[in-house]
Amino acid sequence: MMEFMEGSHAVAHAVKYCRPQVIAAYPITPQTHIVEALADMVANCHLDAEYITVESEFSALSACLGASAAGSRVYSATTSQGLALMFEVCFNCAGMRIPVVMSIVNRALGAPLSIWNDQQDSISLRDSGWLQFYAEDNQEATDLHYLAYKVAEDRNILLPAFVCFDGFILSHTYEPVDMLNQDQVDSFLPPYSPVQRLDSEDPMSFGLFASPDYYTEFRYQIDKALKDATKKISLAGKEFGEMFGRDYSEMVEAYRMDDADCALVAMGSICGTVKDAIDEMRKDGKKVGLLKLRTFRPFPEKEVRKALLGVSRVAVLDKNISLGAKGAVALEVKDALYGSMIPVFDYIIALGGRDVRKKDIRSVVDLAEKGKGDLFYGLRQEVLE
Amino acid sequence: MALGLGCSAKPGKAKENRTGSWRTFRPEFMHEKCTKCGMCTQVCPEGCIGEDDLGFPVPDYDYCKGCGLCVEECPSQAIEMKKEEK
Amino acid sequence: MTGETCHLFEVGHRACGGCAAALVARTILDAAGKNTIVVSSTGCMEVFSTPYPETAWNVPWIHSLFENNSAVASGIVASLKKQGRKEKVIAIGGDGATFDIGMLCISGAFERGHDFLYICYDNEAYMNTGIQRSGATPYDASTTTSPAGKCSMGNRRPKKDLPMILAAHGAPYVATASVAYLPDLKKKVEKGLQTEGPCYIQVHAPCCTGWGFEGEKTMNIGKLAIETGLWVNYEMEDGKVTRAKKVVRKPVEAYLKEQRRFRHLFKPSRNEAEIAKIQAIADWNAEKFGIDIKLKK
Repeated sequence: MMEFMEGSHAVAHAVKYCRPQVIAAYPITPQTHIVEALADMVANCHLDAEYITVESEFSALSACLGASAAGSRVYSATTSQGLALMFEVCFNCAGMRIPVVMSIVNRALGAPLSIWNDQQDSISLRDSGWLQFYAEDNQEATDLHYLAYKVAEDRNILLPAFVCFDGFILSHTYEPVDMLNQDQVDSFLPPYSPVQRLDSEDPMSFGLFASPDYYTEFRYQIDKALKDATKKISLAGKEFGEMFGRDYSEMVEAYRMDDADCALVAMGSICGTVKDAIDEMRKDGKKVGLLKLRTFRPFPEKEVRKALLGVSRVAVLDKNISLGAKGAVALEVKDALYGSMIPVFDYIIALGGRDVRKKDIRSVVDLAEKGKGDLFYGLRQEVLE
Repeated sequence: MALGLGCSAKPGKAKENRTGSWRTFRPEFMHEKCTKCGMCTQVCPEGCIGEDDLGFPVPDYDYCKGCGLCVEECPSQAIEMKKEEK
Repeated sequence: MTGETCHLFEVGHRACGGCAAALVARTILDAAGKNTIVVSSTGCMEVFSTPYPETAWNVPWIHSLFENNSAVASGIVASLKKQGRKEKVIAIGGDGATFDIGMLCISGAFERGHDFLYICYDNEAYMNTGIQRSGATPYDASTTTSPAGKCSMGNRRPKKDLPMILAAHGAPYVATASVAYLPDLKKKVEKGLQTEGPCYIQVHAPCCTGWGFEGEKTMNIGKLAIETGLWVNYEMEDGKVTRAKKVVRKPVEAYLKEQRRFRHLFKPSRNEAEIAKIQAIADWNAEKFGIDIKLKK
């Protein structure tokens, strides 16, 4: 049913329909509206879950880890500094194969302090073993939560998942969203059935330490499960499409790419602006297309290579920077295109909430055509003097 | 054999590590002095002192590390440390 | 021969000979029984009991990180509640995990009132990493990061009073215990498990390797700590001290001189001033808890 909702509330409702049994979260802007809405649902018996009001994000994820290990479906949400505080637990969840699903309401990382959007927070956890989904709009933001639980809890995957969507730009914006109902979600997402759990009837030890004889093999298994998730995402995305009409079987989405000369690559809400800009540029005869990444981990290397092999140049819009190197998305795209001779230009853009307009997208395409790239886009003149 | 998911393990494997090989001194139990008070069983950090049919303490030398705590705590001086002969 | 032993904490663990922490682990499980889930912090006990795949735990057991065992326990308690399960939850940490790095998580979990028992095995320094000072290290103890030297007498601060801090959180049951009195420890574990809400037991666990004494003396050292008044075994119910073990006190040097970590107080020469300061700590404990048995003359 189409509903006009704030992004955070739409996500909170999607989470409710996933029937989490334990929720542990700590307030941080711009995530708060989600957890407030969930707390309200619990307080009014609309959601039958244990809600733990932890004293930090570090404890939020730790509590989720414990609750999941004991056999419950769990949920948390955070952003930016909160995610940074969870760093250690993030690696732990993946290593212990704990399928937490966590919303990341993307926000810049300090210093300087900024409450506004970019994707530095989740990108910085790219090596932690979590699945990473990125939503373009609030429809995807809700749908990807169902998909995330389905894949994360799959018995052959058992890895935690971030569902990332841009802070304020999506979280605090009202949009029409086709909300599924409880029965629909139940038919797609079965109750969590743990492969192993803390249970005195069948006592097991979790989180042993690994000597050099074993450590590499455990890391290999996490990597393998994450790469195997590619297939699971595709299957679950297809099933979702068959049931509800929105197909997520591809981890990337190509927009006007068929005859594109210049391909833009981006993730998240910026893709909406890019699509509008492309429509305008197309009217002017510029053959520009967009390759949107909906999944960053596992990285859809084959899909990216296949989609981009026909173009003359690639312009990547990175809302993050691996300081001292390049934007994280550009690095992956270059790797996917290795050996192809297609130039990949990187543009660090929209950091710390700086607005991106259609004319900025046009400028990026112009820069790429001139062969100018690997730069911070739109810097204030004073830092260049 | 498949590895335990996420570095998990079923119980029972610690037993394969026979810590008795660490021992340089070995506690000898003298039943004639023993009052079966159970102190040695209680204080053994390995938990490797059991009982025989008559209630006398019996150490499991596969695991006894020879720390000597039982000797020290025995109120009847019924345990003595002897140099391990291997 | 029927010498078979069957403890929930299994033989084959890699603790040092004479290890108090191993005794604590076994005693806790003997008291708690099999219907118990244990959450361990990173530390000596975790490491010596769980090198993959050789776990010594015959109850469900989980280790996540150094500092988060009470947060993990919070999640487990919530999960069990949601599932209608009745297992008890015990979090175990060393003094580093408890007094220092895990303080935030413990404070949060106690304030929220989860029904679990936190047990700290207190060996008064970071033993797993090589005997570094913690917030539980006693006054004047020499550790590898508070070494006694030409211009230092070792650790400059007294122990943090964690039992009082947790009692102030509203913990219904807080107790101290010692590895030297195992039946008492067992009773306290049982009581902590029976009491609803977050309970705390701090167990004095002399470490032969870290403190510098022979492994066979573990119990003796523990007893001397109590007999000198440097460690007091007491119970607090709803914030009030309800019981404390009384002793005929010995001078503190009876305890100090048995350990390498206090050797600098006696060699090259006896440091009366410092020993007097430690005696004052014992005297203060004795007065605070009223532990002195007055002998009739």
